[in-house]
Amino acid sequence: MSSQLLRIARLFRAGFVINGKMLATSTFFMLIAVVQPVIFATIAFYMFRSGGRAGTLLYASLGAGMMGVWSTTLFASGGMIQWQRWQGTLELGVASPVSLPLIYLPFCVANSFTGAYALGATLLWGRLLFGVPLQLAHPWAFVLALPTVVISLSLLGLLLASTFVLYRNANAMSNLLEYPVWIASGLVFSTSILPGWSHPFSWVLPPYWGILALRHAAFGGNAWTPIGMALLLGGVSVVLATFTLRWFEHLARARATLALT
Amino acid sequence: MRVWLRIFFVGGLISFRALFSWIRPSVYIPTLLLGPTTQILFFAYLGRTAHLKSDSWFVVGNAVQSASLAALFGMGFAIDGERWTQTLSAVLATPANRAALFLGRALPVLANAAVTASTGFVGGALLLGFRTPWSQVLPLALLLVLASFACTGLGMLVGAIGLRTRDVPIIANLTMAVLLIFCGVNIPLDKLPGWMSAVAEGLPMTHAIAASRRVADGASLGTVGTEMFVELGLGAAYLAVGFLLLRWFEQEGRRLGTLDRA
Repeated sequence: MSSQLLRIARLFRAGFVINGKMLATSTFFMLIAVVQPVIFATIAFYMFRSGGRAGTLLYASLGAGMMGVWSTTLFASGGMIQWQRWQGTLELGVASPVSLPLIYLPFCVANSFTGAYALGATLLWGRLLFGVPLQLAHPWAFVLALPTVVISLSLLGLLLASTFVLYRNANAMSNLLEYPVWIASGLVFSTSILPGWSHPFSWVLPPYWGILALRHAAFGGNAWTPIGMALLLGGVSVVLATFTLRWFEHLARARATLALT
Repeated sequence: MRVWLRIFFVGGLISFRALFSWIRPSVYIPTLLLGPTTQILFFAYLGRTAHLKSDSWFVVGNAVQSASLAALFGMGFAIDGERWTQTLSAVLATPANRAALFLGRALPVLANAAVTASTGFVGGALLLGFRTPWSQVLPLALLLVLASFACTGLGMLVGAIGLRTRDVPIIANLTMAVLLIFCGVNIPLDKLPGWMSAVAEGLPMTHAIAASRRVADGASLGTVGTEMFVELGLGAAYLAVGFLLLRWFEQEGRRLGTLDRA
Protein backbone atom coordinates (compact mmCIF):
# COMPACT_ATOMS: atom_id res chain seq x y z
CA MET A 1 0.00 0.00 0.00
CA SER A 2 2.76 2.40 0.96
CA SER A 3 4.72 1.58 -2.20
CA GLN A 4 1.56 2.25 -4.22
CA LEU A 5 1.22 5.67 -2.57
CA LEU A 6 4.90 6.33 -3.17
CA ARG A 7 4.48 5.55 -6.87
CA ILE A 8 1.52 7.91 -7.09
CA ALA A 9 3.47 10.63 -5.28
CA ARG A 10 6.40 10.13 -7.67
CA LEU A 11 4.07 10.29 -10.65
CA PHE A 12 2.47 13.44 -9.26
CA ARG A 13 5.82 15.11 -8.70
CA ALA A 14 7.09 14.21 -12.19
CA GLY A 15 3.93 15.52 -13.89
CA PHE A 16 3.87 18.68 -11.80
CA VAL A 17 7.54 19.50 -12.40
CA ILE A 18 7.58 18.80 -16.14
CA ASN A 19 4.42 20.80 -16.83
CA GLY A 20 5.53 23.60 -14.54
CA LYS A 21 8.78 23.86 -16.51
CA MET A 22 6.94 23.81 -19.83
CA LEU A 23 4.61 26.60 -18.73
CA ALA A 24 7.45 28.65 -17.30
CA THR A 25 9.13 28.70 -20.72
CA SER A 26 5.95 29.57 -22.60
CA THR A 27 5.67 33.26 -23.46
CA PHE A 28 1.94 32.84 -23.97
CA PHE A 29 1.30 31.49 -20.48
CA MET A 30 3.56 34.03 -18.86
CA LEU A 31 1.52 36.66 -20.67
CA ILE A 32 -1.71 35.20 -19.27
CA ALA A 33 -0.37 34.54 -15.78
CA VAL A 34 1.65 37.70 -15.21
CA VAL A 35 1.17 40.44 -17.80
CA GLN A 36 -2.58 40.22 -18.42
CA PRO A 37 -3.56 40.34 -14.72
CA VAL A 38 -1.31 43.35 -14.24
CA ILE A 39 -3.02 45.07 -17.17
CA PHE A 40 -6.48 44.39 -15.76
CA ALA A 41 -5.32 45.40 -12.30
CA THR A 42 -4.08 48.70 -13.74
CA ILE A 43 -7.42 49.34 -15.44
CA ALA A 44 -9.32 48.45 -12.27
CA PHE A 45 -7.03 50.65 -10.13
CA TYR A 46 -7.58 53.66 -12.38
CA MET A 47 -11.32 53.01 -12.57
CA PHE A 48 -11.71 52.72 -8.80
CA ARG A 49 -9.48 55.73 -8.20
CA SER A 50 -11.30 57.82 -10.83
CA GLY A 51 -14.61 56.87 -9.30
CA GLY A 52 -13.41 58.06 -5.90
CA ARG A 53 -13.11 54.56 -4.48
CA ALA A 54 -9.37 54.40 -3.89
CA GLY A 55 -9.93 52.46 -0.66
CA THR A 56 -10.90 49.42 -2.70
CA LEU A 57 -7.58 49.00 -4.50
CA LEU A 58 -6.60 45.85 -2.57
CA TYR A 59 -10.01 44.47 -3.50
CA ALA A 60 -9.17 45.14 -7.17
CA SER A 61 -5.69 43.67 -6.74
CA LEU A 62 -7.00 40.38 -5.36
CA GLY A 63 -9.70 40.22 -8.03
CA ALA A 64 -7.29 40.86 -10.90
CA GLY A 65 -4.98 38.19 -9.49
CA MET A 66 -7.82 35.68 -9.37
CA MET A 67 -8.68 36.61 -12.95
CA GLY A 68 -5.18 35.49 -13.90
CA VAL A 69 -5.53 32.21 -11.98
CA TRP A 70 -8.80 31.50 -13.79
CA SER A 71 -7.44 32.44 -17.24
CA THR A 72 -4.38 30.25 -16.83
CA THR A 73 -6.50 27.34 -15.62
CA LEU A 74 -8.95 27.86 -18.46
CA PHE A 75 -6.42 28.07 -21.28
CA ALA A 76 -3.82 25.64 -19.95
CA SER A 77 -6.14 22.94 -18.60
CA GLY A 78 -8.94 23.48 -21.12
CA GLY A 79 -6.57 22.93 -24.01
CA MET A 80 -4.37 20.36 -22.26
CA ILE A 81 -5.56 17.19 -24.02
CA GLN A 82 -5.45 18.98 -27.37
CA TRP A 83 -1.89 20.11 -26.72
CA GLN A 84 -0.94 16.56 -25.71
CA ARG A 85 -2.31 15.47 -29.07
CA TRP A 86 -0.31 18.08 -30.98
CA GLN A 87 2.86 17.14 -29.11
CA GLY A 88 2.26 13.45 -29.82
CA THR A 89 2.30 12.51 -26.14
CA LEU A 90 -1.39 11.73 -25.68
CA GLU A 91 -1.01 8.13 -26.86
CA LEU A 92 1.81 7.56 -24.38
CA GLY A 93 -0.33 8.86 -21.52
CA VAL A 94 -3.36 6.78 -22.48
CA ALA A 95 -1.30 3.63 -23.06
CA SER A 96 0.44 3.85 -19.69
CA PRO A 97 -0.89 1.54 -16.92
CA VAL A 98 -1.79 4.46 -14.67
CA SER A 99 -5.31 5.87 -14.90
CA LEU A 100 -5.76 9.02 -16.97
CA PRO A 101 -7.00 11.28 -14.13
CA LEU A 102 -3.88 10.45 -12.14
CA ILE A 103 -1.66 11.36 -15.08
CA TYR A 104 -3.32 14.66 -15.86
CA LEU A 105 -4.16 15.86 -12.35
CA PRO A 106 -0.55 16.99 -11.64
CA PHE A 107 -0.57 18.81 -14.99
CA CYS A 108 -3.69 20.69 -13.95
CA VAL A 109 -2.25 21.51 -10.54
CA ALA A 110 0.86 22.90 -12.24
CA ASN A 111 -1.36 24.98 -14.53
CA SER A 112 -3.21 26.58 -11.62
CA PHE A 113 -0.01 27.07 -9.61
CA THR A 114 1.43 28.92 -12.60
CA GLY A 115 -1.75 31.00 -12.53
CA ALA A 116 -1.02 31.84 -8.92
CA TYR A 117 1.88 33.98 -10.19
CA ALA A 118 -0.93 36.34 -11.15
CA LEU A 119 -1.84 37.02 -7.53
CA GLY A 120 1.77 37.71 -6.64
CA ALA A 121 2.16 39.94 -9.70
CA THR A 122 -0.95 42.05 -9.06
CA LEU A 123 -0.23 42.46 -5.34
CA LEU A 124 3.35 43.51 -6.09
CA TRP A 125 2.25 45.81 -8.94
CA GLY A 126 -0.36 47.43 -6.72
CA ARG A 127 2.16 47.93 -3.93
CA LEU A 128 4.91 49.37 -6.12
CA LEU A 129 2.90 51.59 -8.48
CA PHE A 130 -0.24 52.45 -6.59
CA GLY A 131 0.93 52.10 -2.98
CA VAL A 132 -1.74 49.49 -2.17
CA PRO A 133 -1.04 48.22 1.35
CA LEU A 134 -1.21 44.48 1.98
CA GLN A 135 -2.85 44.46 5.39
CA LEU A 136 -4.61 41.19 6.07
CA ALA A 137 -7.31 40.83 8.69
CA HIS A 138 -6.71 37.06 9.02
CA PRO A 139 -3.19 36.29 7.70
CA TRP A 140 -3.38 32.59 8.54
CA ALA A 141 -6.72 32.19 6.85
CA PHE A 142 -5.23 33.94 3.80
CA VAL A 143 -2.24 31.59 3.79
CA LEU A 144 -4.63 28.63 3.87
CA ALA A 145 -7.10 30.12 1.40
CA LEU A 146 -4.50 30.69 -1.30
CA PRO A 147 -3.46 27.03 -1.88
CA THR A 148 -7.07 25.95 -1.40
CA VAL A 149 -8.16 28.24 -4.20
CA VAL A 150 -5.39 27.01 -6.45
CA ILE A 151 -6.17 23.35 -5.75
CA SER A 152 -9.92 23.77 -6.26
CA LEU A 153 -9.27 25.49 -9.58
CA SER A 154 -6.84 22.71 -10.54
CA LEU A 155 -9.55 20.14 -9.95
CA LEU A 156 -11.98 22.20 -12.01
CA GLY A 157 -9.23 22.35 -14.65
CA LEU A 158 -9.23 18.57 -14.84
CA LEU A 159 -12.96 18.68 -15.55
CA LEU A 160 -12.42 21.34 -18.23
CA ALA A 161 -9.66 19.25 -19.80
CA SER A 162 -11.89 16.20 -19.95
CA THR A 163 -14.92 17.97 -21.42
CA PHE A 164 -13.30 20.46 -23.79
CA VAL A 165 -11.65 17.56 -25.55
CA LEU A 166 -15.01 16.80 -27.15
CA TYR A 167 -15.00 20.30 -28.62
CA ARG A 168 -12.63 20.57 -31.56
CA ASN A 169 -11.72 24.18 -30.92
CA ALA A 170 -11.01 24.20 -27.22
CA ASN A 171 -9.28 27.57 -27.49
CA ALA A 172 -12.44 29.21 -28.81
CA MET A 173 -14.39 27.76 -25.87
CA SER A 174 -11.70 29.11 -23.55
CA ASN A 175 -11.98 32.56 -25.16
CA LEU A 176 -15.72 32.50 -24.62
CA LEU A 177 -15.58 31.44 -20.98
CA GLU A 178 -12.95 33.90 -19.78
CA TYR A 179 -15.05 37.05 -19.23
CA PRO A 180 -18.32 35.28 -18.24
CA VAL A 181 -16.65 33.44 -15.36
CA TRP A 182 -14.90 36.64 -14.26
CA ILE A 183 -18.34 38.25 -14.21
CA ALA A 184 -20.31 35.40 -12.63
CA SER A 185 -17.65 34.86 -9.96
CA GLY A 186 -17.65 38.55 -9.07
CA LEU A 187 -13.87 38.71 -9.09
CA VAL A 188 -13.63 42.52 -9.11
CA PHE A 189 -17.18 43.42 -8.11
CA SER A 190 -19.84 41.94 -5.92
CA THR A 191 -22.21 39.45 -7.51
CA SER A 192 -25.04 41.30 -5.76
CA ILE A 193 -25.08 43.77 -8.69
CA LEU A 194 -25.71 40.92 -11.14
CA PRO A 195 -29.26 39.84 -12.07
CA GLY A 196 -30.81 37.43 -9.55
CA TRP A 197 -31.10 34.59 -12.07
CA SER A 198 -27.31 34.49 -12.43
CA HIS A 199 -26.61 33.83 -8.74
CA PRO A 200 -27.01 30.01 -8.89
CA PHE A 201 -24.38 29.96 -11.65
CA SER A 202 -22.04 31.86 -9.35
CA TRP A 203 -22.59 29.40 -6.50
CA VAL A 204 -21.34 26.42 -8.52
CA LEU A 205 -18.14 28.16 -9.60
CA PRO A 206 -15.05 27.50 -7.46
CA PRO A 207 -13.57 30.95 -8.38
CA TYR A 208 -16.62 32.57 -6.72
CA TRP A 209 -15.88 30.84 -3.41
CA GLY A 210 -12.15 31.29 -3.94
CA ILE A 211 -12.34 35.08 -4.19
CA LEU A 212 -14.76 35.18 -1.26
CA ALA A 213 -12.27 33.22 0.84
CA LEU A 214 -9.41 35.55 -0.11
CA ARG A 215 -11.51 38.68 0.48
CA HIS A 216 -12.80 37.52 3.86
CA ALA A 217 -9.27 36.57 4.90
CA ALA A 218 -7.96 39.96 3.74
CA PHE A 219 -10.73 42.29 4.92
CA GLY A 220 -12.34 40.31 7.71
CA GLY A 221 -15.24 37.90 7.75
CA ASN A 222 -15.75 34.19 7.78
CA ALA A 223 -13.20 32.72 5.37
CA TRP A 224 -13.79 29.12 6.40
CA THR A 225 -17.15 28.56 4.71
CA PRO A 226 -15.87 29.76 1.30
CA ILE A 227 -12.71 27.67 1.75
CA GLY A 228 -14.86 24.63 2.49
CA MET A 229 -17.13 25.33 -0.48
CA ALA A 230 -14.15 25.74 -2.83
CA LEU A 231 -12.79 22.38 -1.66
CA LEU A 232 -16.21 20.73 -1.97
CA LEU A 233 -16.70 21.98 -5.53
CA GLY A 234 -13.15 20.88 -6.35
CA GLY A 235 -14.03 17.41 -5.07
CA VAL A 236 -17.18 17.32 -7.20
CA SER A 237 -15.12 18.40 -10.22
CA VAL A 238 -12.59 15.61 -9.76
CA VAL A 239 -15.34 12.97 -9.44
CA LEU A 240 -17.00 14.23 -12.63
CA ALA A 241 -13.64 14.47 -14.39
CA THR A 242 -12.83 10.86 -13.52
CA PHE A 243 -16.00 9.73 -15.31
CA THR A 244 -15.61 12.03 -18.30
CA LEU A 245 -11.96 11.12 -18.81
CA ARG A 246 -12.83 7.43 -18.71
CA TRP A 247 -15.63 8.06 -21.20
CA PHE A 248 -13.28 10.04 -23.47
CA GLU A 249 -10.69 7.25 -23.31
CA HIS A 250 -13.30 4.60 -24.08
CA LEU A 251 -14.67 6.55 -27.06
CA ALA A 252 -11.23 7.37 -28.42
CA ARG A 253 -10.13 3.72 -28.20
CA ALA A 254 -13.39 2.36 -29.63
CA ARG A 255 -13.37 4.75 -32.58
CA ALA A 256 -9.59 4.78 -33.00
CA THR A 257 -9.61 8.58 -32.91
CA LEU A 258 -7.18 9.20 -30.07
CA ALA A 259 -4.54 10.98 -32.13
CA LEU A 260 -6.98 12.71 -34.46
CA THR A 261 -7.72 16.37 -33.97
CA MET B 1 -4.59 47.33 -63.48
CA ARG B 2 -6.92 44.34 -63.88
CA VAL B 3 -4.28 42.03 -62.45
CA TRP B 4 -3.72 44.46 -59.58
CA LEU B 5 -7.43 44.48 -58.77
CA ARG B 6 -7.66 40.68 -59.05
CA ILE B 7 -4.81 40.21 -56.59
CA PHE B 8 -6.28 42.86 -54.32
CA PHE B 9 -9.84 41.52 -54.17
CA VAL B 10 -9.67 37.80 -55.04
CA GLY B 11 -6.26 37.22 -53.47
CA GLY B 12 -7.26 39.09 -50.34
CA LEU B 13 -10.48 37.13 -49.98
CA ILE B 14 -8.84 33.75 -50.57
CA SER B 15 -6.09 34.61 -48.11
CA PHE B 16 -8.67 35.62 -45.51
CA ARG B 17 -10.65 32.40 -45.94
CA ALA B 18 -7.55 30.23 -45.97
CA LEU B 19 -5.52 31.78 -43.22
CA PHE B 20 -7.99 33.31 -40.87
CA SER B 21 -8.93 30.04 -39.21
CA TRP B 22 -11.50 31.76 -36.99
CA ILE B 23 -13.70 31.68 -40.05
CA ARG B 24 -15.13 28.36 -38.76
CA PRO B 25 -18.47 29.10 -37.07
CA SER B 26 -17.49 27.09 -34.00
CA VAL B 27 -14.55 29.44 -33.48
CA TYR B 28 -15.86 32.61 -35.09
CA ILE B 29 -19.10 32.91 -33.12
CA PRO B 30 -17.75 32.48 -29.58
CA THR B 31 -14.57 34.47 -30.17
CA LEU B 32 -15.60 37.34 -32.41
CA LEU B 33 -19.36 37.65 -32.17
CA LEU B 34 -19.96 36.90 -28.48
CA GLY B 35 -16.59 38.02 -27.11
CA PRO B 36 -17.17 41.78 -27.39
CA THR B 37 -20.46 41.55 -25.49
CA THR B 38 -18.89 39.67 -22.59
CA GLN B 39 -16.12 42.28 -22.44
CA ILE B 40 -18.72 45.07 -22.38
CA LEU B 41 -20.68 43.40 -19.58
CA PHE B 42 -17.55 42.96 -17.50
CA PHE B 43 -16.46 46.59 -17.75
CA ALA B 44 -19.98 47.96 -17.37
CA TYR B 45 -20.37 46.08 -14.06
CA LEU B 46 -16.88 47.16 -12.99
CA GLY B 47 -17.84 50.74 -13.88
CA ARG B 48 -21.00 50.50 -11.78
CA THR B 49 -18.92 49.31 -8.81
CA ALA B 50 -16.37 52.09 -9.31
CA HIS B 51 -19.18 54.69 -9.68
CA LEU B 52 -17.40 55.93 -12.77
CA LYS B 53 -19.65 56.32 -15.82
CA SER B 54 -22.93 55.10 -17.26
CA ASP B 55 -23.34 51.70 -18.91
CA SER B 56 -23.70 53.41 -22.31
CA TRP B 57 -20.27 54.99 -21.92
CA PHE B 58 -18.75 51.53 -21.47
CA VAL B 59 -20.85 49.99 -24.25
CA VAL B 60 -19.59 52.49 -26.84
CA GLY B 61 -15.95 52.40 -25.67
CA ASN B 62 -15.65 48.63 -25.52
CA ALA B 63 -17.70 47.95 -28.65
CA VAL B 64 -15.48 50.23 -30.75
CA GLN B 65 -12.33 48.87 -29.10
CA SER B 66 -13.37 45.29 -29.89
CA ALA B 67 -12.66 46.03 -33.55
CA SER B 68 -9.01 45.72 -32.57
CA LEU B 69 -9.48 42.03 -31.74
CA ALA B 70 -10.35 41.15 -35.32
CA ALA B 71 -8.05 43.72 -36.91
CA LEU B 72 -4.86 42.99 -34.98
CA PHE B 73 -5.18 39.21 -34.95
CA GLY B 74 -6.60 39.15 -38.47
CA MET B 75 -3.74 41.10 -40.03
CA GLY B 76 -1.19 39.36 -37.84
CA PHE B 77 -2.37 35.92 -38.90
CA ALA B 78 -2.88 36.95 -42.52
CA ILE B 79 0.90 37.27 -42.75
CA ASP B 80 2.18 35.00 -39.99
CA GLY B 81 -0.25 32.29 -41.12
CA GLU B 82 1.64 32.03 -44.40
CA ARG B 83 4.64 30.84 -42.45
CA TRP B 84 2.59 28.30 -40.51
CA THR B 85 1.18 26.88 -43.72
CA GLN B 86 4.65 27.07 -45.31
CA THR B 87 3.41 29.22 -48.18
CA LEU B 88 5.27 32.40 -47.24
CA SER B 89 8.21 31.80 -49.56
CA ALA B 90 5.91 30.84 -52.42
CA VAL B 91 3.82 33.99 -51.97
CA LEU B 92 6.84 36.26 -51.75
CA ALA B 93 8.48 34.57 -54.73
CA THR B 94 5.64 35.74 -56.99
CA PRO B 95 6.10 38.92 -59.01
CA ALA B 96 2.72 40.18 -57.72
CA ASN B 97 2.47 43.82 -56.80
CA ARG B 98 3.12 44.00 -53.09
CA ALA B 99 0.61 46.78 -52.46
CA ALA B 100 -2.15 44.66 -54.06
CA LEU B 101 -0.91 41.58 -52.20
CA PHE B 102 -0.80 43.02 -48.70
CA LEU B 103 -3.47 45.71 -48.87
CA GLY B 104 -5.85 43.18 -50.42
CA ARG B 105 -5.43 41.09 -47.28
CA ALA B 106 -6.35 44.09 -45.18
CA LEU B 107 -9.75 44.71 -46.77
CA PRO B 108 -11.61 41.59 -45.49
CA VAL B 109 -9.95 42.05 -42.12
CA LEU B 110 -11.26 45.61 -41.97
CA ALA B 111 -14.80 44.52 -42.85
CA ASN B 112 -14.65 41.72 -40.29
CA ALA B 113 -13.42 44.10 -37.59
CA ALA B 114 -16.37 46.41 -38.20
CA VAL B 115 -18.81 43.48 -37.98
CA THR B 116 -17.17 42.30 -34.75
CA ALA B 117 -17.45 45.76 -33.20
CA SER B 118 -21.08 46.12 -34.23
CA THR B 119 -22.01 42.96 -32.29
CA GLY B 120 -20.87 44.79 -29.16
CA PHE B 121 -23.51 47.46 -29.77
CA VAL B 122 -26.17 44.79 -30.31
CA GLY B 123 -25.12 43.00 -27.13
CA GLY B 124 -25.10 46.28 -25.22
CA ALA B 125 -28.59 47.11 -26.48
CA LEU B 126 -29.98 43.68 -25.57
CA LEU B 127 -28.32 43.22 -22.18
CA LEU B 128 -27.61 46.70 -20.84
CA GLY B 129 -30.37 48.74 -22.43
CA PHE B 130 -28.01 50.81 -24.57
CA ARG B 131 -30.04 53.13 -26.79
CA THR B 132 -29.18 55.69 -29.43
CA PRO B 133 -31.52 57.47 -31.87
CA TRP B 134 -32.04 55.54 -35.13
CA SER B 135 -30.70 58.56 -36.99
CA GLN B 136 -27.33 57.98 -35.30
CA VAL B 137 -26.94 54.35 -36.39
CA LEU B 138 -25.48 55.12 -39.81
CA PRO B 139 -22.98 57.71 -38.50
CA LEU B 140 -21.96 55.23 -35.79
CA ALA B 141 -21.48 52.53 -38.43
CA LEU B 142 -19.25 54.91 -40.39
CA LEU B 143 -17.18 55.57 -37.27
CA LEU B 144 -16.87 51.82 -36.70
CA VAL B 145 -15.49 51.40 -40.22
CA LEU B 146 -13.07 54.26 -39.56
CA ALA B 147 -11.91 52.72 -36.26
CA SER B 148 -11.55 49.35 -38.00
CA PHE B 149 -9.48 50.97 -40.74
CA ALA B 150 -7.14 52.60 -38.22
CA CYS B 151 -6.78 49.33 -36.30
CA THR B 152 -6.17 47.38 -39.49
CA GLY B 153 -3.34 49.82 -40.17
CA LEU B 154 -1.89 48.99 -36.78
CA GLY B 155 -2.52 45.32 -37.58
CA MET B 156 -0.39 45.70 -40.71
CA LEU B 157 2.43 46.84 -38.45
CA VAL B 158 1.89 43.79 -36.20
CA GLY B 159 1.85 41.55 -39.29
CA ALA B 160 5.10 43.11 -40.50
CA ILE B 161 6.76 42.35 -37.17
CA GLY B 162 5.46 38.81 -37.68
CA LEU B 163 7.92 38.49 -40.57
CA ARG B 164 10.70 38.83 -38.02
CA THR B 165 9.32 37.06 -34.93
CA ARG B 166 7.19 34.03 -34.16
CA ASP B 167 5.16 35.71 -31.43
CA VAL B 168 2.43 37.44 -33.40
CA PRO B 169 -0.36 36.39 -30.97
CA ILE B 170 1.68 37.75 -28.06
CA ILE B 171 2.35 41.05 -29.85
CA ALA B 172 -1.32 41.33 -30.87
CA ASN B 173 -2.44 40.62 -27.28
CA LEU B 174 -0.09 43.22 -25.84
CA THR B 175 -1.11 45.80 -28.43
CA MET B 176 -4.75 45.22 -27.58
CA ALA B 177 -3.93 45.68 -23.92
CA VAL B 178 -2.23 49.00 -24.68
CA LEU B 179 -5.33 50.15 -26.56
CA LEU B 180 -7.55 49.00 -23.68
CA ILE B 181 -5.62 51.00 -21.09
CA PHE B 182 -4.58 54.11 -23.04
CA CYS B 183 -7.40 54.93 -25.45
CA GLY B 184 -10.11 56.01 -23.03
CA VAL B 185 -12.01 52.75 -23.45
CA ASN B 186 -12.74 52.32 -19.75
CA ILE B 187 -10.83 55.14 -18.09
CA PRO B 188 -11.56 58.77 -19.03
CA LEU B 189 -8.45 60.27 -20.63
CA ASP B 190 -8.37 63.16 -18.15
CA LYS B 191 -8.04 60.64 -15.31
CA LEU B 192 -4.89 59.09 -16.78
CA PRO B 193 -1.41 60.47 -16.07
CA GLY B 194 -0.37 63.16 -18.58
CA TRP B 195 2.12 60.99 -20.44
CA MET B 196 -0.51 58.28 -20.96
CA SER B 197 -3.01 60.79 -22.37
CA ALA B 198 -0.27 62.09 -24.67
CA VAL B 199 0.49 58.56 -25.94
CA ALA B 200 -3.24 57.99 -26.46
CA GLU B 201 -3.38 60.89 -28.91
CA GLY B 202 -1.12 58.94 -31.26
CA LEU B 203 -2.98 55.63 -31.04
CA PRO B 204 -5.82 54.42 -33.21
CA MET B 205 -9.16 54.12 -31.38
CA THR B 206 -8.76 57.13 -29.06
CA HIS B 207 -10.36 59.59 -31.47
CA ALA B 208 -12.84 57.09 -32.91
CA ILE B 209 -14.09 56.22 -29.41
CA ALA B 210 -14.41 59.88 -28.41
CA ALA B 211 -16.29 60.65 -31.63
CA SER B 212 -18.53 57.58 -31.28
CA ARG B 213 -19.53 58.58 -27.75
CA ARG B 214 -20.54 62.02 -28.91
CA VAL B 215 -22.40 60.68 -31.94
CA ALA B 216 -24.18 58.07 -29.79
CA ASP B 217 -25.32 60.98 -27.61
CA GLY B 218 -26.87 62.67 -30.63
CA ALA B 219 -24.09 64.81 -32.11
CA SER B 220 -23.80 65.03 -35.88
CA LEU B 221 -20.81 63.75 -37.85
CA GLY B 222 -19.90 67.32 -38.70
CA THR B 223 -19.19 68.12 -35.07
CA VAL B 224 -16.69 65.27 -34.78
CA GLY B 225 -14.93 66.03 -38.05
CA THR B 226 -11.59 66.74 -36.39
CA GLU B 227 -11.59 63.41 -34.53
CA MET B 228 -12.51 61.58 -37.73
CA PHE B 229 -9.77 63.31 -39.68
CA VAL B 230 -7.14 62.50 -37.04
CA GLU B 231 -8.28 58.86 -36.84
CA LEU B 232 -8.12 58.58 -40.62
CA GLY B 233 -4.66 60.12 -40.67
CA LEU B 234 -3.40 57.82 -37.92
CA GLY B 235 -4.81 54.75 -39.69
CA ALA B 236 -3.18 55.76 -42.98
CA ALA B 237 0.12 56.44 -41.21
CA TYR B 238 0.15 53.06 -39.45
CA LEU B 239 -0.83 51.32 -42.68
CA ALA B 240 1.98 53.05 -44.58
CA VAL B 241 4.59 52.32 -41.91
CA GLY B 242 3.38 48.69 -41.68
CA PHE B 243 3.57 48.28 -45.44
CA LEU B 244 7.05 49.82 -45.67
CA LEU B 245 8.23 47.64 -42.80
CA LEU B 246 6.80 44.58 -44.58
CA ARG B 247 8.74 45.46 -47.74
CA TRP B 248 11.91 46.07 -45.76
CA PHE B 249 11.62 42.82 -43.78
CA GLU B 250 10.85 40.95 -47.00
CA GLN B 251 13.97 42.30 -48.67
CA GLU B 252 16.04 41.57 -45.57
CA GLY B 253 14.54 38.10 -45.41
CA ARG B 254 15.50 37.46 -49.03
CA ARG B 255 18.99 38.84 -48.53
CA LEU B 256 19.69 36.82 -45.41
CA GLY B 257 17.60 33.75 -46.36
CA THR B 258 15.59 33.99 -43.14
CA LEU B 259 12.00 34.29 -44.38
CA ASP B 260 10.90 30.95 -42.95
CA ARG B 261 13.24 30.91 -40.02
CA ALA B 262 11.89 33.58 -37.71
